[in-house]
Amino acid sequence: MVEILEKYSATKLEDVKVWFKAASVADFPTDGGACVKYKDKQIAVFNFARLDKWYACQNLCPHKMEMVLSRGMIGDDKGAPKVACPLHKKTFSLENGENLNGDLDAIATYPVKVEDGLVYIGFKE
Amino acid sequence: MKHIIVVGNGMVGYKFCEKLVAQEESKDFKITVFGEEPRPAYDRVHLSEYFENQDAKALEMAPAEWYADNNVDLITGERVADINRSSKTITTAKDREFSYDYLVLATGSVPFVPPIKGVEKEGVFVYRTIEDLEGMLDYAAKIKAEKPNGRAAVLGGGLLGLEAGKAVLDMGLEPHIVEFAPKLMPRQLDSRSSQVLKLKLESIGLNIHLSKATNQILGNGSIVGMEFGEDDRLDVDMLIISAGIRPRDELARACGLEVGVRGGVVVDNTMKTSDDSIYAIGEIALYNQMIYGLVAPGYDMAEIAVKQIIGEIDTAMPADIDMSTKLKLIGVDVASFGEPFMPADKGHSIIFENKTQHLYKRINVSHDGKKLLGGILVGDAADYSMLHQVYLNGMKIPEDPSQLILPASDGGAVLGDVMDLPDEAQICSCESVTKGQICGVIESGEAKEVGDVVSCTKAGTGCGGCKPMVADLTNATLKSLGIEVKDTICEHFDYNRQELYDIIQVKGYRTFNEVIDNHGNGCGCEICKPVVASLMATIHADTANKEYAIQDSNDRFLANIQRNGTYSIVPRVPGGEITPDKLIALGEIAKKYDLYTKITGGVRIDLFGATLNQLPLVWKELISHGFESGHAYGKSLRTVKTCVGSTWCRYGMDESVSFGIELENRYRGIRAPHKIKGGVSGCIRECAEARGKDFGLIAVEGGWNLYVGGNGGANPRHAELFAEQIDNETVIKYLDRYLMFYMRTAKPLQRTAAWQEKIEGGLDYLKEVIIEDSIGIAEDLENEMQTLVNKFECEWTQAVNNPEMMKRFNHFVNSEEEDDNLVFVPMREQKMPEPWV
Repeated sequence: MVEILEKYSATKLEDVKVWFKAASVADFPTDGGACVKYKDKQIAVFNFARLDKWYACQNLCPHKMEMVLSRGMIGDDKGAPKVACPLHKKTFSLENGENLNGDLDAIATYPVKVEDGLVYIGFKE
Repeated sequence: MKHIIVVGNGMVGYKFCEKLVAQEESKDFKITVFGEEPRPAYDRVHLSEYFENQDAKALEMAPAEWYADNNVDLITGERVADINRSSKTITTAKDREFSYDYLVLATGSVPFVPPIKGVEKEGVFVYRTIEDLEGMLDYAAKIKAEKPNGRAAVLGGGLLGLEAGKAVLDMGLEPHIVEFAPKLMPRQLDSRSSQVLKLKLESIGLNIHLSKATNQILGNGSIVGMEFGEDDRLDVDMLIISAGIRPRDELARACGLEVGVRGGVVVDNTMKTSDDSIYAIGEIALYNQMIYGLVAPGYDMAEIAVKQIIGEIDTAMPADIDMSTKLKLIGVDVASFGEPFMPADKGHSIIFENKTQHLYKRINVSHDGKKLLGGILVGDAADYSMLHQVYLNGMKIPEDPSQLILPASDGGAVLGDVMDLPDEAQICSCESVTKGQICGVIESGEAKEVGDVVSCTKAGTGCGGCKPMVADLTNATLKSLGIEVKDTICEHFDYNRQELYDIIQVKGYRTFNEVIDNHGNGCGCEICKPVVASLMATIHADTANKEYAIQDSNDRFLANIQRNGTYSIVPRVPGGEITPDKLIALGEIAKKYDLYTKITGGVRIDLFGATLNQLPLVWKELISHGFESGHAYGKSLRTVKTCVGSTWCRYGMDESVSFGIELENRYRGIRAPHKIKGGVSGCIRECAEARGKDFGLIAVEGGWNLYVGGNGGANPRHAELFAEQIDNETVIKYLDRYLMFYMRTAKPLQRTAAWQEKIEGGLDYLKEVIIEDSIGIAEDLENEMQTLVNKFECEWTQAVNNPEMMKRFNHFVNSEEEDDNLVFVPMREQKMPEPWV
């Protein structure tokens, strides 16, 4: 179980070596998420239209180790953008991955950029 | 550093440690606690809850880490075997020796087992520890496996005996209570209230045998019955003895401490025994020639012992100990306070009795009618907290004291306001918390709601009887500080659900963004989005396909998400009627996609383990066989369960299946604050369990009886009778109005039962609105419901025919592959998700 978690590590914009072309903007729901496959990783990508921003994080919820976060609902906690896991409503910051309503480990977040109607996710490798 | 040894890690022994470590001076002491049981102290008062959940952890007073965190050395599973007072040492059963400066005896009591011939037989238990309960559960399981109608008796009709009776009921055995005295709860109740309690308990299935002296226990090896006299016996398969307690004073006796004639270690009002270095607290302490078998005096004793040891030698136990109690026995309120049985020379009694409703209330007042001296409440103890406070604080009572217990004719409160209590009034007697302390933590800003008050003061964490009063005090204090207690949905809206309903309806909003942009703030969250989605469905008949990103987890994909992120599928089978062809189709589809198949609690067929990608494929096939969505994923109508009714059943009075199908098809798909279930029974035998549903119908001579507001769940509720002998058309009229009124006014995730209970004016008010149309909205309600019925559309049919809506049913947005993280394991010829670690 732990080895699945190790596949995901938080990636900052300055660390990005690969910009992976995931899908077109229209493939993602407005103010919702979808899951992107990159190598053996599953990445949840959210089109946070109300903030005119995009976010990406691991699809794996660290609570019960299921690949579900892309199916979670997004929103804000006192202004900070977050996603709520669809299984038990554990919430995580989309900015830094922190668990907002518990003591779970933070989830890994990834940079996203949109160019010419296409959505790219940034990885270290 | 001085060493305190506590012998016994029960509730009182634990409380002693808790109170000691809370003192600044505790750093001067080393504390060692010995517990003979294998686990740390647990809440014996709520022991019967173990039968419901078998969760020993939930009963713990504090987790094992607590002791270490607070420098308390806890040694469990090791009994103290001997005390040597001259050397100030103790020896354990494992022959280890420890020396002490102070010794605190908190060994509690053991159940008293009367010397009846045959008590040693297999199947005879006592009711005291978690191990006792585990033994009972195993034995009960064995009985049930051997015979269907197993019986268990409880010897003793006292407080604990009746608790044990509930345990028997929960174990699924036929319960019998055998009491030697001519009344139940002889220490708390008078004869008349005991009679009322007996009637009530019998009505819920307990068999009660009073004035029975057990001669012997019958059986060859294991128990088969109890013999009371010649030709008077009761056949039972199991016996639980609850005939009182005996203090565990053997250690004290052996080392020569002074003990009472009938047991118990004699203590003075500082909790000191005849040896200055040894204290005794709880059920082992004999104070004023009495053993106090309640937790509150035990906690008080712990407090006194702590204060004495740290040097506050002026604190002492009061001479009069309040033995008032309130408890819920098998759902029946029973309370007694002050002087429950009063000799005529001390005052007068006022008694109210209503056997038809199993109600009994008695208060005892002084001869001059100015003081409340005590009383008994059976069936309804809602006024207990207030009456108890009036008694404790010697507060003024009305000129006509009968007003204290008679149903108020004008609805006005005679008891006055909680805020009238003096600051020193003790609200929580288990934890000794006063009104002043409760109001204090709110006034200081430390606590902002009931939960905070409980964690700051510990009020309500003992027996829990004071919780309603703590809540009242909290709300009243907040109000006095000008803080409005408002049930807003979440941080994004300053409105409650009903206010948002009105806003959306009046303004005609169609999207979440319109609502939050105009009437909220921020971006929304997982609480307010589904609420708005539900309101859009109720007001505009929108399906969950329309704005799927604001739908809750299950609605979003029109299926129920399961442990591993796969889904379960429940097609509608109205009224539970299904043709063989459709049943075969379900089986074949399940087989084709390798789905785990089970009949649900609502007697539908559930297919588990479908991946996101499989959902539309499965549904296309289901639809081609004439199935439609069953809305098992929605806060909406689930099933209308039916018995077979008069078409086949020889007892049936009406066609329950036909009517059930009609109702299920009428209300299918509507979204409500919470799920709704219905039931229709063809006769009074009630095979459809309709009274356990949000709405239930039972066929009677001359029509249907309509019941509303029932549910199973954590707080089971029977639906209440709403209208009698009405025809099909009237049923639909009333139900349209009732459900629509519920959908308009309930809080988010509030079932009909809670809504009905909380609505001002209660069921009578609902009847006025719905049957008599007292506020003139009946026609609107019917029209709104009819619009929803007319606009019904199967969400799955809608989704599979619309490529745009289908896009969301893919695990990956950039690949046709499935989730590679899924692991299934076999189980009973089917499959299940790999269990969570």
